[in-house]
This record gives sequence, structure tokens and C-alpha cells, in this order.
Amino acid sequence: MSSWTIIQQSLPVFIKGFELTLWLSLIGIIGSIIVGLIVSLLQYFKVPVLHQIASVYVEISRNTPLLIQLFFLYYAFPVIGIKFGAELCGIIGLVFLGGSYMAEGFTGGFNGVSKGQMESGKAIGLSRWQLARYIVFPQGFSLSVPAMAANVIFLIKETSIFTVIAIPELTNTALDLIGMYYRSNEYLFVLVIGYAIILIPLSIVLTLLEKRVRYGSFGN
Amino acid sequence: MDHSGISVLFEGTNFQRLLGGLWVTVRIAAVALIIGLILGIMLGVLRTFKNRPLRVILRLYLEFFRIVPTVVLLFLFYYILPRQMNFNLPGDQLATLVFALWVAAEMSDIVRGALISVPQHQKESGKAIGLNRYQLYRYVLIPQAISLEIPATINLATRVIKTTSLLMLISVMDVINIGQQIIEANNHSHPTGVFWVYGLIFLFYFLIDYPLSWWAKRLEKKRLERANG
Repeated sequence: MSSWTIIQQSLPVFIKGFELTLWLSLIGIIGSIIVGLIVSLLQYFKVPVLHQIASVYVEISRNTPLLIQLFFLYYAFPVIGIKFGAELCGIIGLVFLGGSYMAEGFTGGFNGVSKGQMESGKAIGLSRWQLARYIVFPQGFSLSVPAMAANVIFLIKETSIFTVIAIPELTNTALDLIGMYYRSNEYLFVLVIGYAIILIPLSIVLTLLEKRVRYGSFGN
Repeated sequence: MDHSGISVLFEGTNFQRLLGGLWVTVRIAAVALIIGLILGIMLGVLRTFKNRPLRVILRLYLEFFRIVPTVVLLFLFYYILPRQMNFNLPGDQLATLVFALWVAAEMSDIVRGALISVPQHQKESGKAIGLNRYQLYRYVLIPQAISLEIPATINLATRVIKTTSLLMLISVMDVINIGQQIIEANNHSHPTGVFWVYGLIFLFYFLIDYPLSWWAKRLEKKRLERANG
């Protein structure tokens, strides 16, 4: 069989995997942004007790690999009576990982607002809340845009690790097909194209955004 | 009878085997980092030159390694090197190669980013006092870029260490692979062993990565304090 026929025949399966990768990424990213926003606000306002818990979470999540987080959720948790399906495990793992990355992105943005801005705000008598509402958040969110975009790309790529708990996303689909038919070149080609279709446009948008933010703050 | 799960870690040579696996993991990460950083610094400097074809090629190299997930990169090399090029490498060397090329790509972007964020007037002053290109890089750009790039480089190291968790996928005997063997071998006698073995591996990774990322954060904070007063 020619390579082209092999690729054509595998396309329907790949499209399913592609859709699953997109779905899981989308849910994971939205979840991560929500968790990240909550965590960064807890840290910004130094909410007692909760902000310490948030910091511990950020350190654990950022300093351990997603693969081990998934193994723990999928294989170790059932031993203590907590059981999820593979896809739910994947989403929980991705949000657990992504939440801390997003939180760091927001926090970085808030910290990036210049001292002069804060002092001017204080000088005209803004309260702590007004300072956050009118000065830190509007500037901080736009400063955190490049980090957010990089995190989005990172999280989409991380979904490839879902293959270890047998979620039939793009990577798992390709590895399954290779295992069955031994046509590694063709299936790896489709796999790379699949990620490229998602990530190249996103990467271009990221570069443009970075340029805009850079222009906004440095003018070059 | 059921034993308590945690004792699985200390039965026979289990603990030593896990530590041995951890050593394989750390060694691969360290070698890949050293090769990748050296290559990446050279590529990063080249990317700030005006030579357009060179910049395009290096940019494509970076984008390829950025866009393709690391799992997929590992499998690309794992299948294509031996079958297409008749080039057989043991799993650990293959992984070192893939990680080194990936680190070089990421590092080239860190170095380039740091070099171009040295303020324009610094470069112009350097040129005005008659420095040549080598002197400009050696005395003006690189010293100022280093404080910008060190935290990012440490963070890259933590990423590489985390990414070594993928080694088990290409059957390298890393800490996770050995953990799985111990879990399977003791599944009957220690049904809750899985919790403790993965728990320990989780802890191992945290103990290696946390000090590194703490250090990166501290350096970054110091740098910002110097920059903003």
C-alpha cells in the first residue's frame, strides 16, 4: 500500500483523536485560567491561611511532572477509594498543572506594574481596593498576556502525555496505529501535522501579542 | 496476608533500585543540559546576527522543537533514526540526544531574548567608542544579558528534569519504570504499594525541582529589585 493510502485510511481515526485533543485542551485551559485567577487573587490580597495553601499548591504543581500527577490520580487514588475515568483524570491533572502556571502568569503581570504607577495611585488617595481595580488589574492583565499565551501552548502540548493513561487523543491514536500496522513514518507524519495545525496559528498570535506588549512598554 | 503498603519501599533492594533509577534520570537530564546549554548559547548569539538565511534556519529549528510535544519528539527519533537512517542508539542515549537538541532550541531563544533586551543605547555607546563585534558581545551585551538569562536557564533545567518522566515511554530504566516493576511484582502482597511507590517518586521529583525553582525565583526577584529600586 502506498503511503498516501495509509494516511487516507487513518484519517477518520486521527480526526477523532484531534477533536479529543482540542476538547481536553479547551476544558483544561479554561479550568486552569479559573484556578489560576483564584490563586493569584488569593496571593495578591494575601488572604490569611488561603494564600499559604495557594503557595504550597503552586510549588507542588509546578515542581512535579504531569506524568506522575496523572499516575497518582489514575493508579494510586483508586487504592484509597477515589476513582475517576481516564478522561476526567486527564482534565483534573491538566487543571492541577495549568492552574499554577496561569497563577504565576497573572502574579507576574501584577508585579510588573511599575512602582511609580502604584505610588501615584496612593498619592491621589486611592484605597487598596481602588488601587487594585483601577491600576494593578488593568495593567497587570495586559502584562500577563504573553505568559498566558505561552501557557496555552504549553498545556496543549502537555495533553500528549495523556497517552500514558490510554486516553485516545492524537498521540495515543498514532502510537496505537503504529503498534497495529508498523507504518511509523506515515502515522508520525500525520501526528506532527495534527499538532502543527493547532499550534502554528497560536504561536503566530503569541508572537504578535508579545510584540504589542513590548511596543506598549518600551516603544521598540 | 496484607502488609501495610509503605513497607514495599523497604523490602529487599527496592529502595536502592528506585534510587538507581533516579540516578539514571538525573544523569540523562544533566548530560542533556550541559550539551544543550553550550549549543544553545552559540545558536542564540548567531540568532542576533543580521544574516537572514541563518536566522530563518535557526528560527525554524526553534519552532519545530517548540511546536512538537516532547513525547512526540522522543517517538520521532525512536522510530525514524533506526528505521530510516540505520542508526541504532540505546534508549538512554537517544533520550539524551533528543533532550539536548530541545534544550539547545529553548536556550537559543532565552539567549537571544536576553541579548536584544539590553537597551539600544548600550549597544550604540559601545559602537561609538569603537568596539568591534566580538568586543561588543564580550564586554557589553553578554555581561548584561547574563543576569537576565540565568533565572530562565534554571527554569529550563527544572523543565528538563520534569520531562525526564517521559523516559519510561521509550523503555529506559528510569525511576518510574523501576517503580512500575516494583508495583507489579508486589501487587499481591502489598495492594496499596502503588500509592507509596508513586508517592515516593512524586517526592523525588519535588525534592530535585523545588530548590532549583526557588533559586531561580530569588535571582529573578533580586534582579527586579535592582532594576526598579
